[in-house]
Parts: sequence; C-alpha cells; structure tokens
Amino acid sequence: MAERKLGWKLAGPAFAVMLAVTAYPILNAVWLSLYDYRLTDPSARKFVFLNNYAVVLTDGLWWGAVLTTVVITVVTVVVELVIGMALAMIMNKIVVPRRILRTVVLIPYAIITVVSAFAWRFAFAVDTGFLNHWLHTLSFGAFSETYDWFGSHWSALIAICISEIWKTTPFMSLLLLAGLAQVPSSLEEAAEVDGATFWQRLFKVVLPNMKGAIMVALLFRTLDAFRIFDAVFVMTGGAQDTSTVSLVAYNQTISRVEIGMGSAVSVLLFLIVVGISVVFIKGFKVDLSSVRGE
Amino acid sequence: MPTQRTRAAVVGVALISTLATGSLAACSSSDTGSGRTLTWYINPDGGGADPTKKGQAQIAKECTDASGGRYTIRVQLLPNSASDQRQQLLRRLAASDSGIDLMSIDPVFVAEFAEAGFLAPVPANLEAGFTEDTVNAAVEGAKWKGKLVAVPFWANTQLLWYRKSVAQKAGLDMTKPVAWDQVIAAAQAQKKTIGVQASRYEGYVVWINALIEGAKGHVVTTPGATADALRLGLDTPEGKKAAAVIEKVASTGVGGPALSSTTETEALNLFSDDASSGFLVNWPYVWAALPENKVTFIDDVGWAKYPQTVAGTPSAPPFGGIELGVGAFSKRPDLAYDAAKCITSAAHQKLYMIGTGNPAARKSVYDDAEIKKQFPMAALIRTSLDDAAPRPQSQYYGDISTGLQREFSPPNAVTPDTTPKAATDLITSVLRGETLL
Repeated sequence: MAERKLGWKLAGPAFAVMLAVTAYPILNAVWLSLYDYRLTDPSARKFVFLNNYAVVLTDGLWWGAVLTTVVITVVTVVVELVIGMALAMIMNKIVVPRRILRTVVLIPYAIITVVSAFAWRFAFAVDTGFLNHWLHTLSFGAFSETYDWFGSHWSALIAICISEIWKTTPFMSLLLLAGLAQVPSSLEEAAEVDGATFWQRLFKVVLPNMKGAIMVALLFRTLDAFRIFDAVFVMTGGAQDTSTVSLVAYNQTISRVEIGMGSAVSVLLFLIVVGISVVFIKGFKVDLSSVRGE
Repeated sequence: MPTQRTRAAVVGVALISTLATGSLAACSSSDTGSGRTLTWYINPDGGGADPTKKGQAQIAKECTDASGGRYTIRVQLLPNSASDQRQQLLRRLAASDSGIDLMSIDPVFVAEFAEAGFLAPVPANLEAGFTEDTVNAAVEGAKWKGKLVAVPFWANTQLLWYRKSVAQKAGLDMTKPVAWDQVIAAAQAQKKTIGVQASRYEGYVVWINALIEGAKGHVVTTPGATADALRLGLDTPEGKKAAAVIEKVASTGVGGPALSSTTETEALNLFSDDASSGFLVNWPYVWAALPENKVTFIDDVGWAKYPQTVAGTPSAPPFGGIELGVGAFSKRPDLAYDAAKCITSAAHQKLYMIGTGNPAARKSVYDDAEIKKQFPMAALIRTSLDDAAPRPQSQYYGDISTGLQREFSPPNAVTPDTTPKAATDLITSVLRGETLL
C-alpha cells in the first residue's frame, strides 16, 4: 500500500503533465466539434450540437475515405506481416553478418516519412522516375514506359501501399524478431527430430509460440496504418479518390479552417482508433507485456 | 568539498542557463538599434532570401537603406505553393500575430484576408500612388468591395508559347488570335503536345477560369456575396464550352501521357522535349527557364496571346502575381505602408522584372529599353494583362477552388454535360456546410 502511494507520488507529476498535454487537445476538439466555426469568421460561430457528426457520417467523401483507409491498412499490414516474418526468420538464423543485416534492414524505418514519400513519388513519376524504365526492361517491353501511376485510383493506391510497406516492414520485422527469439529452440529441434517439415514446424511450433508478439506487432501497425497521412498527402494530395481519413480531417481543419467540422472528423477518427485497440486488446486478448516474453 | 558530481552539476546548470539566455534573447523584441524591424513574409522567387539576387530580398535591403534608419525590413520565406502560403499566413493572422508587417499575397486570397479583417486599411493619401499607371487586373485584384485593400506589386499572365515549325506545318497564322480548337487540332495532326496545367492544384483552376472567362462567363456571378447568396456561373453555356475544351485536350491525348499530374514544371518539361513539343500555356518565367533546360530549339520558340475559348471572342488570359498586404495586427502599419510604397516603385518593379522574370504591375516599366531587350514579348504581356481576368474574388475562394479541383479531376473524366453541374452542386452544398470537402 505504501509502495503504491510512493509510486503515485513519484510518477504523479509526469502523469499529470502527460494528461494535460494529451487530454486538453482531445477535449478541446470534442468541444469545437459541437460548433459551426470557421476561423476566419469567428463572429458567425454557431452551436450546432451533433449536426457536424450528422454531416460527416452521411457524406460520401467520408465513407470513401474510410474504405480507402481500410484497404490501405489491410493490404499494408498483411504484406508487412508476411515479409516482416520472413526477414525476422532470416535475421534470427543468420550468424556472420547479423549486426550489419539488422542495421541495413532498419534504414527505411529511420528515414523520415515525408522524405520517403517524395522519393517514391519521384520514382513513380513518368518523366523523372526509374520504376517505369525498370518494369519496361524486366517485362521485355510489355509494360508501357509512359504508364501514369497516379492517373487512376488503384494504381495510385498500389504506389502508396508500396511506399508504406517499404518504409515500415523493418519495424514489423524487429517486433517479430523479438518474439521469434523467445521461442525455445529446443521445441523446434524436437519437432525436427520427430520428422516435421519446415512448413509444419513454422505453422505448428513457431507461430503459435509467438502469438503474443505477432498480435502486438499487428496492433501497433494497424493503429499506425489507419492514421496514414504523409504518403497520401505527398504523392497524390487526395486525388483519384485516394483521400484517407486523416487527409479529410486535414482538409477541413487546416485548408478550409472549418475547425468545427474538422474537429468532428478528428473525433470520429479517434473513436475508430480506440475501437481498433479495444478489438485487439479485449477481443484478441493481446497482452502488451508478452513482447518481453513474460 | 566539491565532489565530481557537484562539479558536473555546476557545469550542467551553467550550460543550460547560457543556452536558455541565448535562445530567450533570440525571442526578444524587434526594436534593435537601426529603428523598427518590419517583417516581410515573401513567397519564394528566384532570389530567395539572398539580398544580391534581385529578388524581393534585394528590394527589402534597398528599401531599408532608403528609409534613412526609420525601419529595417527583414524577409521571411513562405512555402512554395500558394495554398501553403495562405495556410501559414492565415493561421498566424487568425491568432492576431503582431509579427506580420508585410506579406506577399496571391491575389485570390486578398478577398478572404480582407473580409476576415486581417489587412490594415490603406492610408487615403497613398491610394492614388499605389494604383496610378497600374494594369487593370492588378488594381482589381487588390480591391475588395470597391475599396483598395492591398498594394499591387507585380502582375502575371500566361502566354501561348509555340514551336514555329509546328505552327507553320499546321498552317496556323500566329499573327492573328488562335482558338483552343485550332491549337488542339494542330497538335493532334502532328502528334505534338500542348503543355497545360491539369494536376489537382491551384494551377488547374487558373486554366478553368481562363477558359470560362474567355467565353465571357464568370465562375462566381455574385461577387462579395455571403455563403447563402453566392451563385455560380459554371452550369451555363460558357461553362460548358470551357469543359468541352478540357475534354478535347484530354481525349485527344495532346496533353501528354500524365495529364492529371501536370503542373507548370511538367508542362515546361513537355515543351522542352525536342521530339514532341508543340505548344505551351505558361507564365513568362519559361522564357528564362527554357535555356536552363538546355533546349536546342530556342530560335524556334514563338509567343502569342492566350488562345480563345470560342473562335472570334477575345480571350481572357489568366491573372496572377502578388499583392502586398499589411497585417492588421502590425505594430507600425504606417511604416509598413511606407515600405510598401518603396517596394512597389517603378524602379523596383523594373529591377524585379529583370531579376526574376516576373512582370511589373506598372505600365511604364514595359517601355523601358532594358526590359524590351530581355523580354521581347513585353508588349504582349502588357496587353494580355490589360485583358486579363482575375479568378473569382470571394472570401470563400479556397472552397470554390478546391471544389473545382475536385470535380474537374481527373481531366479525362470531364464532360460538358455533367462536370459543370456537379461542380456547382458540390460547391453550393459545401458553402452551406452540408458536405465535406
């Protein structure tokens, strides 16, 4: 009991500051979302209660953005899980260039997201990019050299997803590596002795034992992927219906300075993200302490 | 006895206090030795922040020297695109930032800033000096509800640049005004390109507006109206003619392979390609930029007035440029307007035009011999500016522009029957707060 009190006394100030810094903007956003408030016309501010939410939830742009965001989230998380798992397994087994490999793998994650988005935008560009040339050569001329990646919805989404996957697979692979390292090698060896193939060992021994780490990695990545902004903003600016939820919030709040409507979008995004966390933690019983193998 | 830890602590405290005082000193007031410091937020131009490159930074230095110690003009660079410049200035002004004395504003944002009370009133005795001998479009762009609210600095317009060989082969007489249909037909017949701006950004609205105004229509038919009373002139015969031109450029493929991501830069690159270049509509900066792009056919490049939307109806070239605004919360607006008078003098406008290629707003500058030598098309720029039509002046210009960009993108999907109506419905609904943008 005394220890708990001491714990609160020591951690209390920091906790209070964190609460103030995070709780105040959230509460402010909720309060603002109840108003029809345009920053350049403060005298016309009107209390509209939940009307902003009604407008947002019945708007085609919002649902299109939700759908696009869900598509990007699902695609990037699934692909990153597979590639990340493969990378983690390589990094686990390899002996000689272990440190170098782990450092090299981390480089994309260390690059600032905006810089990475610009690099990929120029790579996919028709006049200055290299990707069209590579695909043209590799497909022996079947792929057109003037293909406009950002000219249609699905190809633009593919470009955005590739940029995201390249950037955050290292993060996923590191989390999975931590989980992989916790699997006792004795289990694997026992299975090998019993005659299990590589795939049987993977699916029946390794993966079930690192379920905790996989779930944690999925939770973090899903939360991050749902809030995607930089890549979409830089590469398409929302053109071709590639708007994501964050971009819709940005457009209303910052570009149009309709901070009432924008706050409503932000609050809805917040609720969705909280919902995802609840689903993972309560539904899939993700235990955040299991990353450390406790 | 001072232990190791105590000594380390003392050094640490000394270091922190030095850093703190240093950074706090940087935040101190701007009343330094040589009079008041005026901060001028400038859009990036050729000179950037370098006071020797004949950009706004150099003009700032010259006006500081000419002030006789009354003020020092300090430049602050804004982001590259006009929309981002507006966002930065808007956020600061909405928070009543007293640190904004002068700002270089794109004419389309003058209405929004003026309506929101962000611009300090122009002193009555200086008004005449700011507008005398200035091209019509620049004066219109600096007015809101009949009053002058900003100071015209420089004025921009687009010309039709063309390959003389291509025009000749097509039988186009470029000494007479040409129409968009003729230009498109010429490019299509010879498999050449027309550089336009159709990416989803402000430059696209420049094109759309020029097409509509060229057909003698207007995007906004009720200038100065509030959101409920605002009426749009898109779903009209003029608007449909404009949409038809865009549809033709897209469907014939003369806009290049990546029409939906073409900005001024990509359009210029398209025109710089020897094999496929035919025509280009772009601002006059390209005249200096073409040699930098190492084009081999500079002698084959000609210029003409902006193409007509409807053959026989004079075209309305686009209008751009910069107006100088004085922040309403500035501590010394009188000094700021004094500085604005110096900045927009004919001599400085000439210096700016020679240094950065941005055309002057004062007509007398175009008669100067040096200007005529560097800009063989100076006379054409001046007449284009007198005929130029500004983009819709409304305090909701941001929403109107974004709505137009959204409905007219991608250019391949534009049709005269559906697009103007869809744009009208969207913008009206957005202004009533019933739709997200």
